[in-house]
This record gives sequence, C-alpha cells and structure tokens, in this order.
Amino acid sequence: MLTHLPVLQVIVPLMAAPLCLFLTRSRLVWLFALMVSGLAFLISALLLQQVMTSGIIIYELGGWDAPWGIEYRIDHLNAFLLLIISSVSTVVLLAADTSIQKEIPAEKHSYFYILYLLSLAGMLGIVATGDAFNVFVFLEISSLSAYALIALGKDRRALWAAYQYLIMGTIGATFILIGIGLMYQMTGTLNMHDLSIRLPEVAHTRTVFTAFAFVIVGICLKLALFPLHLWLPNAYAYAPSIVTAFFAATATKVAIYLLIRFTFSVFGLSFSFTALPLHILFLVLGLSGIFAASIAAIYQKNVKHLFAYSSIAQIGYMIVGFSVSTTTGLMATLLHLFNHALMKSALFLALGAVMYRIGSVQLSQFQGLGRQMPITMAAIVIGGLSLIGVPLTVGFVSKWYLILAVIESGWWPVALLILLGSLLAVVYVWRIVEMAYFRPPLTSNENIKEAPFSLLVPIWILVMANIYFGIDTRLSIEVAQAASQSLFGVNP
Amino acid sequence: MESLIDIVLLAFLVGIAFAIVWMKDLLAVIMLLGIYGLLSASFFVAMDAVDVAFTEASVGAGISTLLMLVTIAMTGRSEHPVRHKPFLALAVVIITGSLLIYGTLDMPYFGSAQAPVHQHVAPRYINDSIEEVGVPNIVTSVLASYRAFDTFGEVVVIFTAGMGVLALLSVVRRPKNTTGDKARDIAKIDLINDSMHEQHLVLRIVTKMLIPFIFLYAFYVQFHGDYGPGGGFQAGVIFASAIFLYAMLFGMSTARRVINQSFIQLLAAIGVLLYGSVGVVSLLNGKNFFDYSALSVDPIAGQHLGILLIELGVGCTVASVMVIIFFSFADRKDNGQNLESNGIENNLKENNKK
Repeated sequence: MLTHLPVLQVIVPLMAAPLCLFLTRSRLVWLFALMVSGLAFLISALLLQQVMTSGIIIYELGGWDAPWGIEYRIDHLNAFLLLIISSVSTVVLLAADTSIQKEIPAEKHSYFYILYLLSLAGMLGIVATGDAFNVFVFLEISSLSAYALIALGKDRRALWAAYQYLIMGTIGATFILIGIGLMYQMTGTLNMHDLSIRLPEVAHTRTVFTAFAFVIVGICLKLALFPLHLWLPNAYAYAPSIVTAFFAATATKVAIYLLIRFTFSVFGLSFSFTALPLHILFLVLGLSGIFAASIAAIYQKNVKHLFAYSSIAQIGYMIVGFSVSTTTGLMATLLHLFNHALMKSALFLALGAVMYRIGSVQLSQFQGLGRQMPITMAAIVIGGLSLIGVPLTVGFVSKWYLILAVIESGWWPVALLILLGSLLAVVYVWRIVEMAYFRPPLTSNENIKEAPFSLLVPIWILVMANIYFGIDTRLSIEVAQAASQSLFGVNP
Repeated sequence: MESLIDIVLLAFLVGIAFAIVWMKDLLAVIMLLGIYGLLSASFFVAMDAVDVAFTEASVGAGISTLLMLVTIAMTGRSEHPVRHKPFLALAVVIITGSLLIYGTLDMPYFGSAQAPVHQHVAPRYINDSIEEVGVPNIVTSVLASYRAFDTFGEVVVIFTAGMGVLALLSVVRRPKNTTGDKARDIAKIDLINDSMHEQHLVLRIVTKMLIPFIFLYAFYVQFHGDYGPGGGFQAGVIFASAIFLYAMLFGMSTARRVINQSFIQLLAAIGVLLYGSVGVVSLLNGKNFFDYSALSVDPIAGQHLGILLIELGVGCTVASVMVIIFFSFADRKDNGQNLESNGIENNLKENNKK
C-alpha cells in the first residue's frame, strides 16, 4: 500500500466527503472527518519522509504513463505543502465541533464537514498533482467549497463577502485555465514535467508569453497579492471562525505554491524572470502590500479584519522572498509559508474561542479579556509576537532568513523596509494587548469565563508549535532548503 | 463553404454577446444566453467536436437556462440601474481582450496537421486507444480512461456545487402530522389532476407523453457514450431536465412526492462513491488507481467494465445534483410565496366543490 500513498493522500478525504451523508448525527460526522484528516496527516508525514530519503515519487494514475495519462509527482516542495495543509486541517478540526455549535445552525453541520473535507481534498489535489489541467480541476473543488463555507458565516455580510470572493476567484481560475489552454496549444501536453521540457522550444512566441501572463495574474488573484487582495478581508472576517482558521493557514499558501511551481518548474527560472520583470514587479508589489496592509490593519475595529489585513502583509513577505529568486530567498518564502500557517491558524482559532464566549470579535469587546480569558489571550499574545518576529518564535526564523536573502543580494534598503514592516506589526498587535490587559472588563461581559477545554487544546497545540519550531528549526529548515535547492536544480 | 458557416456563426455569437450586455430585461437575457449556448454548440459541431457540442447544448443551452429562470423567478426580472460607470472593469476587459488577441498571433493555424496538439500526445490516442482501451469513441477513452482522474475531479466539482447549494439554501422542513397530511397530499394531487382542464391542459398532457421518451433518450445517451457522442454528463442533465419539466408543470409538492430530498442526496453521494470505488477496486487488485485493466482478467473487458461503471456514477451524480439545485431554488421560491400558494389551493378547493 505504501506505493499508493500519493493518490491515497487525495482520495481519502475526497471519498470521505460523500460518505459523510450516510452518517446521521453531526457529532459522528465530526469524528469521522477528524479521523480522515488525521489519516491524511499521517500519509503526508510518511510521504515527506519517503521524499527526504529517496527523492521524487511518481505515481501514474490509471496506469497510463505520463504525458498520456495524469501523474502525481511528489518532490520536496509538494510534500512540505501537503504536510502543512493536512496538519493544520487536523488541528483546526479538533476545535470544530465546539466552535460551530455557536456559529452554524445544527441542521447544516453535516454539510459543513462535507464541504470542509472537499476543500481539504481540493487543496491536497492541487499540490500533489503533476498535471496542469488536473490543477485546475482541483482548484475548482477547493474554491467552490470555500465559497460555500465562507457564506455559512453567521453574519449576513458573509454572503456578500463570499459572492465577491466567488467573482474574483472565478476570474482567477479562468485566467489560469486560459493560460493552461494556450500552453497546451503550443506544446501539445498538459503534464508539468513534459511542459518544462517542451516549452523552451517555443518560449519566444507571443502565445507562450500570453499564457505566462494569464497564469501569473490568475494565481496572483488567488493569492490575494496587493492590489488584487480586495476580496480577502471580508471573506476572512465574516466566515465561521473554523473556516477562517483553516483558510488563513492554507488557501493562500496553495496559491503561492502554484506560483512557485509554474514559474520555477513549468516555465523555468530564466524564462519567468525575463519574460516579465518579475524581480522588480514582485518586489514592489510585495513591499507595498506589506505597508498598505499593515497600516490598514492598524485602523481596523474588528479583530478578524485586523488579522486578515495582516495576512495580506505576510503574503507580501513571501512575495519579497520570491522576488529575490535565490535559493535563500525561496527558502525564506517556504519557511514563511510554514510559519505563517502556524501563526494564523493559532490566532484565528483563538479568535474563534473569543467568538464562542462573547459572540463578537470587535476590538472594543476585548476590554479586560486578559483577566477573564487569560489562556486564550495568552495564545493571542504569543501568536502576535510570532507575527512580529520576536526571537524564540517561528516568525523570527522566517524573517531572519528573508533578511539574510535580501542582504545576500545586496538589497540593503529592502532589508530596512522589512524591519520597518515588523514595527507596524508591533503597533497592531499592541492595540489588542492594550485593550485586553490594560482596560477594565466591560460590564456586559462580566460573566465571561475562559473558553472550553475543547477549544483551548487545539489552540495551544498550535501555539506550542509556534514556539517549538521557533527553537528547533531542523525540520522546517531542512525541508525548505531541500525544496528550494531542488527547484534551482542544485542537487543537495 | 465551411468558413462561411463559421463566419456566420461567430458573427451571431458576437451580436448576441453585445445584446446580452445591453439588455435590461433579465428574462430576455437568459433566453439569449440559451441561444448563445446553442450557437456555440453548433460552432463546435462545425469544428467536428461533437462531444463538446453535445455537452454545450445540454448544459449551456439547456439546464443552465432553466436554473437561471428559476433564479429570476425569485429575484425579479429587471436589472437594477447602475449609477456608477464601471470604467475600471471596461479597462480590465479591454486589456485582457487585447492580450488574448496578441496571444493568437503566434498560434498554429486552425486545423494545421503540424500543430503541436496533433503531434505529441494525440497520435497515441488516435492510433492505439482502440487496442488499449477498446472503445470506438476516442473522446470517451481519453476522458474516461486516460484522464479518468480529471473526470472524477469534475464529478466531485458537481457534487461540491450540490452540497454548497444545500448548505446555503436548504430549509428546515416543519414536522408534519403524518397520516392526515398524507391523505391531504393525495387529495391535493387529485385536485391538481382535476384542475387540469383549467391550467396548462395542453402542456401537461404533452409533458406526460414526452417524459418517458426523454428518460429513454437519457438512458440511450448514458450507455451509448462508448460508441458515439454522449456519456454520463449529458445523460444526467437530460434525465434531470425531464424531472424539472414535471416539477414545473405539476407543482413542487407533487414532484416532492416522487423525489425525496434525502434520497436524492444519497444518490448524489453514491454516484461519486461508485466512481471512486472503481479506482479503489483496482488499488486492491494491486494496480494503480483507476487502472481498469485490474477489473477483469481480460484487460480490454476490464476497461469496458470500468468505463461503464464510472459513466454510471457520473450520470447518477449529475442528475441528482441538478435536481437538488433546482429543488432548493424552487423551495426558496415556494417559501417566499406561501401566502399566494395557499390562495391558489383555496381556489382549487372551491372549484372542486362546484
């Protein structure tokens, strides 16, 4: 069975989703979904281990060899992403049962878990596959379920947010599809590896340039790169807390994975960075994203909005690392993928706990919560410190490597700007800390107690991961390094 | 001659696209969209892509038109006037359009035998698929065997859409007191049947005669996909459209008695599971996922069996999801207009007394 791991990774959650309809009680569906996600996590861990020891794993679906059939091609990069997605999904699901009882009507619980599993399977499918069209198919699965999940939010504005996301996401997916179609027309193949061999022959044509432009713009819409980020804040703010925690940690990461995969593996480094001025383009967009979004975050009144804007800023950091396009730069991006997933899932889950007790995440409601919900608030503080990049947290590790990469390339002013961006993070995290610890509790919130155990456990698993991987960086750095070196064609 | 047909069809498409943008009456827009779908289908036929044309005709011109009609039945038929001038959107569209045209400049000529699409992967499909898969329709062997996983993904996309609609639109049914209610329901159906001579008499009788043939045709398309254009997607849509037709003319409550909500949900799930389990069986037989040759001793027989089963799964899921979506929309409408429908019911009763 070990040889079938790549396909099981995707198939297990995919087939589990329809099975949920056969279970009657929502508690049972939750347990089932949790088990499935845990199984996916186990598979991804095994896959990563296999890749680290024996290199790329190829799996031919339907038994047809590559350009004719579809193949799964797991290298360091995919395996790393698979691990991030499935681990976050599992921990977040742990909290789901308690959290959605307050946020989603009971008769919709099974649909929630079905859509959640479909979304998980979609993201895993995008990452695992080695076929460009297969990417699009799974992109549709993950996006469609995402729109529905976001629209399930209690606030009626969730519907409008989901609708905006639907329009923007569909435009993005269509652009990617147009790009894939044009590539197919010029090469006659859809397999990524095969594309990378056949594209250089036709790289000078205007059609391939158009294909590249469409793919890049489509992906940037999906990853909410500034200034294409407008759908993100509301979608994250009004979605159910569990959904926000899951998507903030994974959805944009998958888009960044696609960006890396298409620019580095499919089109090739030399083409990608000469066809469009990606260096300077992404550097400027990344930096303006960091500043615009961080400043916007400072002025938010809803804490979910605040952290959503902070997510856009963090995407900016990843894009800056990408624009450097050296092994260290890419490594910093990959590290930040991992680390940011840990931070944001912890933070949004903690907000889910606040939502559970208070029913709102307006900043004004946080008054005095430091005393009333000390464990939850401590989690938010540590998550916030990690966001800023304080040593001993994961945030420090990725920022360290990012600055290292930038300085290696001699971009001193950029390094300064990155540090300045972190200072802005201090400001918006401080606003929450000040509210929670230096103000007396609101009279309306007098009876608020600490969040239930079932929420605190997953939150603190993620918080501890934030600290653990900030100190013991062997796993994340080793994998990120191997992935980035293999993308640059250096044999480790 | 052929290029003349192409030019005429494309000119119509452009004209209709402009009309769609300009029109304010949504009902007319939806009709035009249906025509747009039909014209695209004709264009695909002219390009010898009959399978795609069939799908476009049944989905683009058929079912999506119906679904949009149900939607505007709820939302109203005229567009809200827009105050702001969407210049930014116009700029984006123009840039995208010109980039697309720019991209066509270096494309290989349409139908050129030297084009990469005809040189690399396609020759094997054309020359060897009959020996490797054993199905005369190459399109079916590509989508159901060589690229079966993509098709599986597409089925899951449709399933996802159905679940999404259910999650957002499903309404909690009020618990009914069963026995009396059932009797009343039956009485209601009688009422509807009795009232036939007043409402849509011709339509209802023609529908009753047509529905068996639509079902028969759906089954033909379902099982004939190996030999000609067709397959699970188109068959599912045709099957569902017969049920829509019934529901539209005989009322939702009558249709509900034929089709049970939770049953149809399970059917959608079963379709996906049937498709997936074909892959699981090949896994258990020691071959790769979706390797149909593992299904039987003779690899070609295995391919046939595999394709038959997965097409069945596709048809099952597509038909049930279409029905789910239609019913969820229509229920929404019913709930909004409860008062009105009660009024109609009373009228019916009065008529009956007379």
